[in-house]
Amino acid sequence: MKDRQRTFRVEGVVLRHLDWGEADRLVMLFARDRGKLQALAKGVRKARSRKAGHLEPFNRVSLLLARGRDLPLITQAETLTSYPVFHEDLLRMGYGAYVLELIDRFAVEGEANVALYQLLVETLERLGCSSEPFFELRYFEVKLLDQVGFRPEFFRCVVCNESIQPRDQFFSCELGGAVCPNCAVGQRALRPVSMQALKYLRHFQRSSYVEARRAKIPLPILEEMESLLGLYVQTLLERNLNTLQFIRSISQLSRLQVTPPTKDS
Amino acid sequence: MSLPKPFQDVINAFSRLPGIGPKTASRLTFYLWRSPQELSLELAHALLALKTETSVCPRCFFLMASGQGVCEICADSERQRDVLCVVEEALDVIALERSGVYRGLYHVLQGVLSPIEGVGPQDLRIAELLQRLEREAFQEVILATNPSLEGEATAMYLKQRLQGYGVKVTRLARGLPVGGDLEYADPNTLLRALLGRQEMGGEG
Repeated sequence: MKDRQRTFRVEGVVLRHLDWGEADRLVMLFARDRGKLQALAKGVRKARSRKAGHLEPFNRVSLLLARGRDLPLITQAETLTSYPVFHEDLLRMGYGAYVLELIDRFAVEGEANVALYQLLVETLERLGCSSEPFFELRYFEVKLLDQVGFRPEFFRCVVCNESIQPRDQFFSCELGGAVCPNCAVGQRALRPVSMQALKYLRHFQRSSYVEARRAKIPLPILEEMESLLGLYVQTLLERNLNTLQFIRSISQLSRLQVTPPTKDS
Repeated sequence: MSLPKPFQDVINAFSRLPGIGPKTASRLTFYLWRSPQELSLELAHALLALKTETSVCPRCFFLMASGQGVCEICADSERQRDVLCVVEEALDVIALERSGVYRGLYHVLQGVLSPIEGVGPQDLRIAELLQRLEREAFQEVILATNPSLEGEATAMYLKQRLQGYGVKVTRLARGLPVGGDLEYADPNTLLRALLGRQEMGGEG
């Protein structure tokens, strides 16, 4: 049986890590063939560690793991792709970390999801070269929800099951989909959603990345999609996302930068 | 059957420490019980003093004995007052002091920005750092956060905030560790090492 081997190889993306013991780190990884996976990296907090640099978040790595008493031990680490952009720009780091956090929260330990892994790697690539992260992030959210089984219903009203008519509608995070104006009466916790935003959300659900990319989405509509998807995601997870808080405090800085406290600059 | 309460109390107290499980906790407890009473007394006094006789320097947030106005480093008149080294934790100050090269002042952030853990600038001693820059006459600020994702994030953030204060902002160099091996270096480290290469000769 394959699972009884002492060592095994995994390919994955490092999601985060946690200091452990004297000089060790617990690494959380989203592995292509094993889903979310925790592994112990011994001695990586020492300056001379050969593995430390490979095990930073965002890196796509190939690891050799040895079965330990409870956690697998990382015996070799090699970077397949590193994404230096996330280390060089604060906001972009925030957006990248948001992608990692969503994967971390939605993925299940030990449950492989190759399509989700593909989506993660592609999203990191795209965020790396795109100057406009908002489109990439919304597309990621829609496809992620598909992959983890929380696809929101945008084609039919979740109350009466009638096809959604081309006009402004409502959205219910609790029911996980659009609610038509007829059924909206008496429903709790609804938020309005414009016909435009709905149109693009449906477009994302049906389309490949290349097709979706062709859409020219006006900024206010992207913002509406952002707040809707963000709310839905946080309702599903029943918690606020750390990275969103971080992004918020960093964007405040860029606004601060418009009027720097100049002495001589 | 259970141990007398004093035993159990000590065991419980020990097992709340990181890295100490119930077995180690009982072993330590029995060791103390068998040892002369002085050992326990010393330990007890030391533990008490740890919290009551120490505090954090109001200027740089390094540790100091309580009752003093500022910490030993801030009070040391021999030190350069125009260089400031910004570090994550008090232990980093100890590490830098051990090198014996740096003679300037410090500022301990008491943490590090982390998008993944949701630690934002308001959770660190950044406002205090900016105040210091206004009050004290620094020429240079050295950003000595760790070369990790979080450390980088913190350094980038500080670099942006320090613009306009008229100080030179530098960052600790990154590269290959002493006794390291090129073969095992990750691409990022190698890149930095190449970019930061220096002409040989002189002091190196």
